[in-house]
Amino acid sequence: MEDRVLLAHGSGGKLSHDLITKSFVPILGNPLLNKLEDSAVFELSGRLAFTTDSFIVSPIFFPGGDIGKLAVCGTVNDLAMSGATPLYLSLAFIIEEGFSVDELEKIVSSIYQAADEAGVKIVTGDTKVVNQGSADKLFINTAGVGIVPPGVDISAANARPGDKVILSGNLGNHGIAVLSQREGLKFQVPIPSDCAPLNKMVAEIRETSANIHCLRDPTRGGVATTLNDFAEQSQVGIRIEEGKIPVHKAVLAACELLGFDPLYIANEGKLVAVVSPADADKVLAKIRQNQYGTEAAIIGEVVNEHRGQVVMKTSLGASRIVDVLVGELLPRIC
Amino acid sequence: MKFINEYRDSELGKRLIDRIHHHSTKPARLMEFCGGHTVAIFKHGIRQLLPPTIEMLSGPGCPICVTANTDLDKAIALAHLPNVIITSFGDMLRVPGSHSSLQLAKAEGNDIRIVYSVQDALYLAKDNPDKSVIFIGIGFETTAPTIAASILQAEEEGINNYYILCLHKLCPPIMKALLNLGEVRLNGIVCPGHVSTIIGSYPYQFIPDDYGIACVVSGFEPLDILLCIDMLVNQIETEQYKVEIAYRRGVKPEGNKQAIQLLDTVFEVSEANWRGIGVVPSSGLRLRKRYERFDAERNFEINPGPGGEAKGCLCGSILRGVSTPLDCKLFRHSCTPEHPLGPCMVSAEGSCATYYHYGASHGG
Amino acid sequence: MCLAIPALVKSIDGHQAEVEIDGVTRQASIQLTPEVKVGDYVLLHTGYAINVIDQEEAEETLKLLRELSEVY
Repeated sequence: MEDRVLLAHGSGGKLSHDLITKSFVPILGNPLLNKLEDSAVFELSGRLAFTTDSFIVSPIFFPGGDIGKLAVCGTVNDLAMSGATPLYLSLAFIIEEGFSVDELEKIVSSIYQAADEAGVKIVTGDTKVVNQGSADKLFINTAGVGIVPPGVDISAANARPGDKVILSGNLGNHGIAVLSQREGLKFQVPIPSDCAPLNKMVAEIRETSANIHCLRDPTRGGVATTLNDFAEQSQVGIRIEEGKIPVHKAVLAACELLGFDPLYIANEGKLVAVVSPADADKVLAKIRQNQYGTEAAIIGEVVNEHRGQVVMKTSLGASRIVDVLVGELLPRIC
Repeated sequence: MKFINEYRDSELGKRLIDRIHHHSTKPARLMEFCGGHTVAIFKHGIRQLLPPTIEMLSGPGCPICVTANTDLDKAIALAHLPNVIITSFGDMLRVPGSHSSLQLAKAEGNDIRIVYSVQDALYLAKDNPDKSVIFIGIGFETTAPTIAASILQAEEEGINNYYILCLHKLCPPIMKALLNLGEVRLNGIVCPGHVSTIIGSYPYQFIPDDYGIACVVSGFEPLDILLCIDMLVNQIETEQYKVEIAYRRGVKPEGNKQAIQLLDTVFEVSEANWRGIGVVPSSGLRLRKRYERFDAERNFEINPGPGGEAKGCLCGSILRGVSTPLDCKLFRHSCTPEHPLGPCMVSAEGSCATYYHYGASHGG
Repeated sequence: MCLAIPALVKSIDGHQAEVEIDGVTRQASIQLTPEVKVGDYVLLHTGYAINVIDQEEAEETLKLLRELSEVY
């Protein structure tokens, strides 16, 4: 096996087949994938949830994970946020010519581990190789399918005044883990990405309460953008308190250094839940029992005022609007 | 975070606000000159908490907002040259020039990179000897010394492919020009914090002396700003106008002598073109002749074309404190953060972006 | 203007220093503050230390803030 991925590995011929059978199937193998047919064929009944995402993160290896783990968790979480039980994923690679096969296999292992933890299977895939310079090392696309149990109706449009807003843990870890690699920040105690599959947490809280109205994982755009989506789609106001938002102090320091606001930084292992007030405390307790939710907190509530807007009470007791993220997150100098 | 968290104490903050309410009886129209202060004030909702006697206006202290259209056009023209890498602080990328922006130029395939520090630009020059690395030098006296240091470092290390497009500007001259315009009657000025770390507080003496306006140098945490406002109110109530420093841990009256020396070695004072205000004499910096080989303007031939501003854009009068974004017909309609027409909407600390982002519907 | 954040100087090597805030470290130039010593706090702006924080003054300011708010 060559050390580097070549254009021929993506052309569908012998090298492609070798790559798949020697580097992918041994790690990811399952009855559906092993058939290596053009499509994975299986039976499913009920309401299906279907999602897709592409992953272009740079650097591809970062503290706490890599692009492979991210790809699985991202898609698993998107399914889970609709209340679905995630089942099967597709996996497509676009590889830059010259990429190390060793690194590729490491990523495939990550994919396997994440999928195994989440209880999902990679059942179909594709591999393309592009000329050097036409991709930044590796891009991944995943699509996923899951089943939504009958009666489950979780949507950004379901928030009601009086509902509580729960955040499952510390903000900004993923974004800072990635950004700090690029900006030369080092951590005495490294802050790993929080990248994690949340489908089990979602299943646990659905068992606890039938009144989960909204769920979302605050990825790009951060929790600010997610809350604005809820406020907009549900046509309600959302009020949060600055003092209640959990952020690790090193993440806060990194944000100060780079001129970022933690409310806008991506998270890959957190969820925001909007829950009826009667169930909020027990849902919070349930989340805290999960290994990925130990820092969970109720950060605010849904109100009838300032519909479509998110307002934050600052530590001084004043209120200010929390807008959506506009454009790219650019570090401030001023 | 040490030297930050202590100055965010909400209990102390609330009591300071009560104190300000109690003491402020005379009208106090205060201008926070610096964009960083505008953002801090909005972020913590300070305006809402002040008594009705105090009115706060935002000034032109946002180096991105005051970069002239024609200067930005120069940067964009430089970006189109072959074998050039343009480096810039992030906020500059989306500012609209007369016809384009650095972000658009980047999307067109030109090599434009965001850097966190001017040192990154210098290292880029070292690592790419076959390219010309040009740094877009914006910023006031806080940032200019770092550019000066980078030039001396380039000279020491024999780096010859490193250039600065020198657009640096100075605060005290523009403050004077603004006061001379007489468009706004001010009672007090919240003086810039980190500019003063460099230049000290003596350069502001003309403000109380010649204009009878209260003057206090402020830090950026909520308690710093409230302390500054308290001190300004005190000066206004007692009608004893002077220059005071509220930000004593960060500012000495004589400033940072080493930094001032660096500025003086590398730069000389020149006129500068302030967006929305015009050309103001002795308000900018230019590389001295000795360092002209680092000056992008003197080393590259560019033809940026005629300049032009978006019709109806009020950034000019907003920067001078004469209008607020709420007075601008374009604000929130055709001019939004996604489609900014003027610099005040693009820069993270421009008045328009701040008003939009923090939802000021009534000024704060 | 200008984001500058207090950071602790952990080590110095010529013109460069390693500075730290709450466990996050970065390289910074001390060309503007050649007098700085390990253990000092500096204001960090775009990768340069722009001054050494006067810790006594910091304490004085806090004292002043507490006094001013005592009356209320």
